[in-house]
Amino acid sequence: MRKRAVFLALAAVLVVCGAGFAFDAIPADKIKPGFVYIGPVGDGGWTFMHDKGRVEMEKAFPGVASSFVESVPEGPDSLRVMETFIRNGSKVIFATSFGYMDFVQEAAKKHPDVIFLHCSGYKQAANVGTYFGRMYQARYLSGLVAGRMTKKNVIGYVAAHPIPEVIRMINAFTLGVKKVNPKAEVRVVWLFSWFDPGKEKEATKALIDSGADLIAMHADTGAAPQAAEESGVYVIGYNNDMSKFAPTKHLTAPVWDWGMFYKHYIDQITKGTWKTGDIWWGLKEGVVGLAPYGKDVPEDVKKLIETEKTKIISGSWDVFAGPVKDQKGVVKIPQGKTATDAEMLSMNWFVEGVKGDIPK
Amino acid sequence: MRIGSGSGKKLTLTIEKRLESPGALRFVIPSVSLLAALATGAVFLFLMGVSPFEAYSAMFRAAFGDGYGISETIVKSIPISMAAVAVMLTFTMLIYNIGAEGQIFMGAIASAAVVRYCFVDSAPAMLLMMIAAAGTAGGLWAALAGYLKARWNVNEIISTLMLNYVAIHLMDYFVYGPWRDPASLGFPMTAPFPGVARLPLLFGTRIHMGLFVAVFLALLFFVLIRHTRWGYEIRVIGENPRAAGFAGMNYVRNVILVMFISGAIAGIAGMCEVSGLQGRLQHGFSAGYGYTAIIVAWLSQLHPIAILFVSFLIGALLVGGETLQIVMRLPLSSTLILQGLILFFVLGGEIFKTYRIRFQREDA
Repeated sequence: MRKRAVFLALAAVLVVCGAGFAFDAIPADKIKPGFVYIGPVGDGGWTFMHDKGRVEMEKAFPGVASSFVESVPEGPDSLRVMETFIRNGSKVIFATSFGYMDFVQEAAKKHPDVIFLHCSGYKQAANVGTYFGRMYQARYLSGLVAGRMTKKNVIGYVAAHPIPEVIRMINAFTLGVKKVNPKAEVRVVWLFSWFDPGKEKEATKALIDSGADLIAMHADTGAAPQAAEESGVYVIGYNNDMSKFAPTKHLTAPVWDWGMFYKHYIDQITKGTWKTGDIWWGLKEGVVGLAPYGKDVPEDVKKLIETEKTKIISGSWDVFAGPVKDQKGVVKIPQGKTATDAEMLSMNWFVEGVKGDIPK
Repeated sequence: MRIGSGSGKKLTLTIEKRLESPGALRFVIPSVSLLAALATGAVFLFLMGVSPFEAYSAMFRAAFGDGYGISETIVKSIPISMAAVAVMLTFTMLIYNIGAEGQIFMGAIASAAVVRYCFVDSAPAMLLMMIAAAGTAGGLWAALAGYLKARWNVNEIISTLMLNYVAIHLMDYFVYGPWRDPASLGFPMTAPFPGVARLPLLFGTRIHMGLFVAVFLALLFFVLIRHTRWGYEIRVIGENPRAAGFAGMNYVRNVILVMFISGAIAGIAGMCEVSGLQGRLQHGFSAGYGYTAIIVAWLSQLHPIAILFVSFLIGALLVGGETLQIVMRLPLSSTLILQGLILFFVLGGEIFKTYRIRFQREDA
């Protein structure tokens, strides 16, 4: 629990430092938003969807001319990329991967007049806001499909980095699986990378070889769905509708709509109402959702998903509502309690039903 | 090769070996190759719908246009030039150390180990210990392949390349496992190094003291290779190992020694990169500098001083490439194509140093 205390203290500090005043309005043609991407825009997943959001935003605000740099590693190079954007006139930087966090902070200190928006991070400042979505809600819904469709009760999960974001999604997915199929287990393989199509494919094949008859994934490309299709195994994609990678085996996918964020921010910035903070939108706002179902998904699951979705959207229930047990059977979230945002943001334990380790 | 044309009088094109290579060619050929690459790239940029002139000037301004651009170009060139000096040394004796990348990683791991386990609150002591540890770790890593080569003639290209993956995975083990920063919430990196373990920065930029190390190493090996008995030995071993053996030069000892020194330099490059620029050990910390170094060493024709300049130019290509994406809205792949064209033409131009083309008119 020490970690949680540290996290809460950190959050408190952020709120105090972050309680800034709104920035002055920036005219649309002066914003020149710069997007820092972790992968290529053609990755068919994470970066592809961010870029789709960027293009949507440009359409909605014709005066805004944005640009991007692809395949920027989460290291010192990212600082130079942000600096280069600013030297070419950018007043707003969107940094779209977790590992840019400390470099965003460094650049933000040097350029207090530039607004930085960091996707999936937790460090804010007067000119640094963070944004992310309650993807765990859509993950849970996709888990309902997975639990219903597995025959061998073994589901493989190809996962990027062992960080709270990914762990939270695995947990939410597994809770969905368990809800409809208490006997099923979810086997996790770590990639230790966001973007590595070769590794994503290998990990998928390895999971299938070990007995999984359904694959779920958390990585940036469509390589895992491709591998599943080749092996004739059902798959649940991520980021966007990945049915083009697995035309016959794609069941659904938890998907993002980043354009909502980008339109929201540019709107606020042009009006001069933006101030720092954290946005964590979910199913209710429509930032996350499910891709169209594959032809094999039965009607009863679709109905169940609608019921669960309504519960979540109405706010009467959320995914991490107790009782939730960890892998050893210890109750982590007691009956009557629901995990707080802070607890979800620092989640570093697996729920019951996950087979796999979090590297310590 | 003869290419005939026309009738009556025949114009033939002959490619023949040069009897001597005029000194001026050393500058003329790379310059002409570079221009040819830029001209080819211009056609490509034109087809992409952007003005080649604007694109090139944007790249040039980004890399050399002001103090910031130059400083970032230098930052990029520091690890590349050190690793290039490292591989140049082995290439001089026709031993192919392809493992600078892994040796860079070993140096970085050793530096982080010193920070973690042997911390002293004094910058000079700390930095010297880190350099010593990084040099030893990189050196031993390369000497392992050197020993296998010298003792059992194991192909060093394969062994050094394979050891790269081992080193990269070893580092992943530490940053995902025992050395992971608890405050990173599971993201694979160590805690930031304390101030005394950081190489000082220069001129308020990100250029660090590693610059002096890089320049010093280039000068040192220029002197050692061209002006000492040992340098003479390794050059002779490279050109003719048998003759070197008859002259009493110790092949086995020199292979292992040169590999050790080469690995040590690459290891120190890794130390400079983590201590000077990154300030922590992080998954995927080297952007393939060990491989870029191989190209740089050949482009420089294994000349240590030329390596400094070529590294600077390669750094400029990397830094300028981003601006092409930002200002000209070109995808990353177009900057990679431009970089590829330049390397292709400059390396391809090498042939004209040893061969020349002659046009002759002959009577039929």
